[in-house]
Amino acid sequence: MRVFTAVIAIAVGVLVLLGYFLPQAVSSQIILLDWAIILAGAAALVGILNLVNVHADKIRRRAKDGIYSAVLIIGLFATFVFALVLKPQNAYVQAFVLKGIIIPVEASLMGLLAVSLLYAAVRLLRRRSDVMSIVFIVTAGLLFLGSATLPFGDVPLIGTLVRPWVTQIWALGGARGILIGVALGTLTTGLRVLFGVDRPYGGN
Amino acid sequence: MIALAILVVAAFLLFVITLWKRRSPAHLREIPAFTKLTHAVGLSIEDGKRLHVSLGHGSLLDARGGSALAGLALLRSVAERTSVSDMPSVASAGDAALGLLTQDTLQAGYQAAGVEDAYVHTMGRVTGLTPFSYAAGAMQIPQNENVSTNIIIGHVSSEAGLMTDAAERNNIKLIGASDNLAGQSVLFVNTEDPLIGEELFAAGAYLNSDPTHAASLTVQDIFRWLIILALLGGAAAKFVGVL
Repeated sequence: MRVFTAVIAIAVGVLVLLGYFLPQAVSSQIILLDWAIILAGAAALVGILNLVNVHADKIRRRAKDGIYSAVLIIGLFATFVFALVLKPQNAYVQAFVLKGIIIPVEASLMGLLAVSLLYAAVRLLRRRSDVMSIVFIVTAGLLFLGSATLPFGDVPLIGTLVRPWVTQIWALGGARGILIGVALGTLTTGLRVLFGVDRPYGGN
Repeated sequence: MIALAILVVAAFLLFVITLWKRRSPAHLREIPAFTKLTHAVGLSIEDGKRLHVSLGHGSLLDARGGSALAGLALLRSVAERTSVSDMPSVASAGDAALGLLTQDTLQAGYQAAGVEDAYVHTMGRVTGLTPFSYAAGAMQIPQNENVSTNIIIGHVSSEAGLMTDAAERNNIKLIGASDNLAGQSVLFVNTEDPLIGEELFAAGAYLNSDPTHAASLTVQDIFRWLIILALLGGAAAKFVGVL
């Protein structure tokens, strides 16, 4: 069974890959990718069931913070019923669920993140006082100064010279270098999966 | 045509270097984060605490799938080693398909350790399907489930800050790597030993003795040098007016 799974996965992977290079393989590539999208949709349902299962288990065990699990499950089913009855495109569903709950909650998490990142940057030198940390803090400070809206206008030199120089030369070059490394890592990881060495789809 | 050539050369090099690495095992440079990870796996079993592997929300249907697959390779090793523990590892994902693979990978680790009966499917979890809902769900696990080390590996962006903050407040060790630039900068300030760029993809080689993982690092190094030479050559050619 494991060999069968691996053969199917490798064959599908090779066919999809060939679709990028051979015009004859494009049609089979499109069919396989369509199947993958349908399966991903079905996986979303399984994922939600998994989420419900985990949180229902926490409520059953009366685990610490189980009340949040109860709120999650009630919210999930309420949204589901609400959208099922009124249809997801309904203006009230959009206004109440999306604009009234989801977007404000995510925005407040973003606000919380800004505070926690600032706190993390302050603690950085205590955690790791090396040259790179100092460079990081100084660069971040200069860029903040260069891009902040200040009552007396731009800080001379920093906003007009230092910030563009750092972001468009040093940061851009570094980012490209990192992304090239990530692309090479993705390439070899993909090849390992195609060779059947890494089998995240089951089996040893 | 260039992409096909790169692919064929990479596949050929990976095959040849794997055969070579089977005869002479690789000597990998020390990366402090991976040394800590190896210790954390051993200590979690001794301390009776869990490891939490956060695989991010990378979809397998686009380019972010590479980091998700690298995370799964690490999870496979961690699951096999910690499956005999009283407190087995848990893993969280922010993508449904990745969540399914997480469960499959954990189960494969248990099978390899010969304790398949101990596997419980809720050890692999989908905690949310958007970046922030994923982070909000994943940050609860270290707080409530006796976790000693949180390993964040995969596609995470700035929302990783919420997870690292939760780990910090609970005195939980943190190891993190992301393929996303914003995620990397957040993990850089929040971890003691940051993993930058392609180091994310080296996790399998450091935890796994499989020669293919070591060979894939060598292939990356070869291509990196070729790209450096091409960039320098291109700049020189432009300078002298050939290009």
